[in-house]
Amino acid sequence: MWRDAALVAGRDLRVELRSRVTTNQVAPFSVLVLILFAFALDPDRQLLERLASGLYWTAVLLAALLAISRSAAIDEADGVRDALRLSGLDPAGVFVGKAAAVAAVLLGLEVLLGVGVVVLYGVELAGAGLVVLAGVAATVAVAATGTLYGALVSGLRVRETLLPLLLLPVLAPVLIGATRAFEAALAGVPADGWPWCGLLAGLAILYSVAGALAYGTLLEGS
Amino acid sequence: MTAPTPTTATGTPYGAGASDATTRPVAPVHTGSRASRVLGGLALGSIVLLVLYGLVWSPPDAEMADSVRLMYIHVPAASFLYTGCFITTVASALWLRRRTPGWDALAGASAEISLVFAAITLGTGSLWGRPTWGTYWTWDARLTSTALLTALLIGYLALRRLDVDPTARSTRAAVLGLLLVPNVIIVNRSVEWWRSLHQQSTLVKLDPTIEGQMLVALMVGFLAVGLVFTWLLVHRFRVAWLEYQSERLDLDLALVERRAEAGRASEAGRTPA
Amino acid sequence: MEPVVHLRAAVALLGRFPALAGIDLDVARGEIVLLRGPNGAGKTTVLRACAGLVPVVRGEAIVLGHDLRRDPRPVRRRVGLLGHDTGLFDDLTVVDNVRFWGRACGADPAEIAAAMALVGLDGRLRDVSVGRLSAGQRRRTSLACLLARRPELWLLDEPHAGLDHETRDQLDVLIGQAVEQGATVLLASHELDRAESLAHRVVELAGGTTVALPTHASGVSQAEVPASRTPEQEAPAPSSPEVTHVA
Repeated sequence: MWRDAALVAGRDLRVELRSRVTTNQVAPFSVLVLILFAFALDPDRQLLERLASGLYWTAVLLAALLAISRSAAIDEADGVRDALRLSGLDPAGVFVGKAAAVAAVLLGLEVLLGVGVVVLYGVELAGAGLVVLAGVAATVAVAATGTLYGALVSGLRVRETLLPLLLLPVLAPVLIGATRAFEAALAGVPADGWPWCGLLAGLAILYSVAGALAYGTLLEGS
Repeated sequence: MTAPTPTTATGTPYGAGASDATTRPVAPVHTGSRASRVLGGLALGSIVLLVLYGLVWSPPDAEMADSVRLMYIHVPAASFLYTGCFITTVASALWLRRRTPGWDALAGASAEISLVFAAITLGTGSLWGRPTWGTYWTWDARLTSTALLTALLIGYLALRRLDVDPTARSTRAAVLGLLLVPNVIIVNRSVEWWRSLHQQSTLVKLDPTIEGQMLVALMVGFLAVGLVFTWLLVHRFRVAWLEYQSERLDLDLALVERRAEAGRASEAGRTPA
Repeated sequence: MEPVVHLRAAVALLGRFPALAGIDLDVARGEIVLLRGPNGAGKTTVLRACAGLVPVVRGEAIVLGHDLRRDPRPVRRRVGLLGHDTGLFDDLTVVDNVRFWGRACGADPAEIAAAMALVGLDGRLRDVSVGRLSAGQRRRTSLACLLARRPELWLLDEPHAGLDHETRDQLDVLIGQAVEQGATVLLASHELDRAESLAHRVVELAGGTTVALPTHASGVSQAEVPASRTPEQEAPAPSSPEVTHVA
């Protein structure tokens, strides 16, 4: 399974690198969202700085929708589903590989957005340990959940509109947890944030397992 | 293939001939039966009781005054909303295991009824909020998580409406349905934990020493809402079952039609080239 | 010797549509069998059913010793399907595609390189994005992915379509070589002249069933005869020395 996962992750990342959609389109979009928030909330720096954690994770989620949609689209190309079924690749491995690729892309976007938030909203970094761990846990949770739900809507004409509707309510707890964890870190009270980090880690594990188990059924049954 | 044929107390099966693949079932004109009529009667009766207890016989609460009466519907509605989600998840799991269409129909029916009850929960909660907090919406734990749950249900029902091959649709819906209860639990816990940080009192802080007529009213509320829920579920399930029956493939008939194409083709082939 | 493909009254559904309504087919090892018939007759579905992608719901279906009705999955690794659609990733290069699909089914780098050499893709086309290739070049890339699998049963769906003459000849040579090395080939084609000279046997499909072929001037083929044939239909006499009788 791990060998298959590495193969699929490499493929997905290679596709992203070659097509450059992430760097050319998704990244600018996510920074644009940060800027839009400033328009909506009036660049009173105090307000933006206070809300920075929540705005940051909202921008990440919106960018994640695009990244997950792109990931699902790779396997929707003509004949690829048939070829995947014929290839003998372990579906759980395919899931893990795809989720890992999405997570890698998201981590890159998060670093970019982090810089954006520091520069645009005047946030001061603190509590680095909590920030990094919570960020990684949240990223894995979003990637795993998104890859599973991406498979649920894969190949459908209405994929673009159905994916956000299905995915965002499910990711609401991730948004809550990640925002609280970051707020605690930035406020210098990491003790408040670690329990939320635990929630994020739990969600990451839960959806990774659920996705690995369900991917095969979805691959066959659709 | 054994499907759970819904039979009534008097044993009238729906989709008569369901196990016989070559005859078309005779569809009943309505989804009522003696058992469901009894159920409906009981539900009506208990609604009357609830109105009496809720509005007349029980006293207004010390803190909440008359708005506590909304609770006699709000709390049971929320409980049966969760029950409906539970049924959807269990039915989805059983469909994935057994692949009999009855479970798929049950999962879908339960989700629809749950959505109705979600609307009722949100509506009564909102109406309660107005006199109590002065606003129609308060970011209370229960209301917020119910709102998210409503979104989950809408998404699930949207997936069910897809225009794809029925087996594919059922498979995807079943996987999504399987995730419904875990999502509900996660959302509930997260939202409650989050709102508790701000020490907001939850919507219903039912005094554990609630007693007397108010307790009775609440119990009657559970009874009435439960009976209505069950009655709605039975009928919605039967409608779904009939839909399934009408769409069901009569394989032998389809094979005959398909093979007839061969006859037409060889006719064409036999004409001198 | 057991047939590589054995279908008896096989019924397969695509959703609610019975694409296959009763297929009788036996293919022995080393044979090249052509499936012929009008559009919609079920040729593609026969190929996909033999690959274990479409479930067979009635009748018998045994491919490479695996009972497809019980579990179609084990057979998948042993067949190679070249379909209408290409199964390629447009953003990746030719070599990336072949390497991915090759490694996915366990081929080592030597086998992958050999496959690419066989279809002539190891030259300047090697590092071109698949999205920029012509239809024929894409078909060759898919073929390389198939060759890397070294399948025992080749399932080819209109393999000559969209290819130029030279490429078609090369494909025929590859098919011949594969058969010499013990593979079996089942192909569907509208390229009748070329395919019929390539094939050992022709099977006619219509309406999801295998049907008897009325004789015509070229005198080609012996087809499966269904049990319900009418008196007017006679079993055509084979006149080509390449044609073999159905067992």
